[in-house]
Amino acid sequence: MTTERIEAPRSARAARSSGRGINWEKWGWIYMRVSGVILVVLIFGHLFVNLVSGEGVNAIDFAFVAGKWADPFYIVWDTLLLWLALIHGANGMRTIVNDYASTRPYFTLFKKNVSLSTIFKGALLASTVILLILGTLVIYTFDPCLGDPQSSGLQEICAAK
Amino acid sequence: MSTILEREPAAAEVIPTFTATLIIRRFDPEVDDEPRWQDFDVELYGTDRVLDALHKIKWEQDGSLTFRRSCAHGVCGSDAMRINGRNRLACKTLIKDLDISKPIYVEAIKGLPLEKDLIVNMDPFFESFAEVQPFLIASSKPDKERRQSPAERERFDDTTKCILCAACTSSCPIFWTDGQYFGPAAIVNAHRFIFDSRDEGSQVRLDILNDKEGVWRCRTTFNCTEACPRGIQVTQAIAEVKQAIMRGKP
Repeated sequence: MTTERIEAPRSARAARSSGRGINWEKWGWIYMRVSGVILVVLIFGHLFVNLVSGEGVNAIDFAFVAGKWADPFYIVWDTLLLWLALIHGANGMRTIVNDYASTRPYFTLFKKNVSLSTIFKGALLASTVILLILGTLVIYTFDPCLGDPQSSGLQEICAAK
Repeated sequence: MSTILEREPAAAEVIPTFTATLIIRRFDPEVDDEPRWQDFDVELYGTDRVLDALHKIKWEQDGSLTFRRSCAHGVCGSDAMRINGRNRLACKTLIKDLDISKPIYVEAIKGLPLEKDLIVNMDPFFESFAEVQPFLIASSKPDKERRQSPAERERFDDTTKCILCAACTSSCPIFWTDGQYFGPAAIVNAHRFIFDSRDEGSQVRLDILNDKEGVWRCRTTFNCTEACPRGIQVTQAIAEVKQAIMRGKP
């Protein structure tokens, strides 16, 4: 018995997908799953520490935040929360843009056709990067005594410095 | 003694009928700019299906009503349509299972170009299907049949049931957006060969589906699983293909 070898039919998509580098769709998908699981712990931990434990929601003021960020544990916690949640959200928004925003040329910029989809994704990337930089900067350069120690209720600690 | 049974003329047994109203989304490209809804009252029996109602309309009321059907018994997959907002096969949907106190809405499946009345252009659907190479790829030339254990056969049994009716793909909100997504049906048919122990082309198909428009666009909304008239666990099949891509092998 013989088996005829039949040529596979032409496939534009198969030709396109061969020989490419990293597959961002796959890693984006994995990132959503992994960060999602970690975020469940981080977010509910964050909510519990801030709103439930101790005096509860009444304890939140400038001094409370300053107290938390005096502890490296919460610096790491909040950094992880910031980066994982922002990128998770931005990636989710990116998939929505991919689904619903038009990829047809919307206007021409520097002799290149720009689509609504490109504009949205560019704005998304820019805002995410800016927020990540600003947020990280705040967490790591936070000094409770830079402002007005009188109003923050940290006079004693700041005076001792 | 003769034992001729005297056949009494059966007291004309009247099979009860009822009247159902069907509101059908009509579109004639030669006349209409936009599809329009038209209603028909049909006299039906309790055993009638939506397809029988459509036949009655076409044969007795309006011969211009256009729809696809072939075997009329849920095997060929020609008559998938949107009935009361759900994708079903007209030949497998009994009228009495629907709420006949209200009109029954019938329209073409969504996401594919509407051609006329209940007929859509299926070309994009079959192009995606062909792209996943839905045929056995094997280099070996065995003298006898290719052996497979019952367990190996069981692995892809669910996805062999597909009849390519497009009920799943045309119920997928991701497919509706731009029609570039491969769609559940193509992935189901790739699954059928990816997990077949006799096949050697799994890697090719996994590479094809590991695409921007491949399995990663699935948002697990389960519309496809709900729509499948064969009861295939479509979303599960897609998830298994995702896992196979991550593992790098079936």
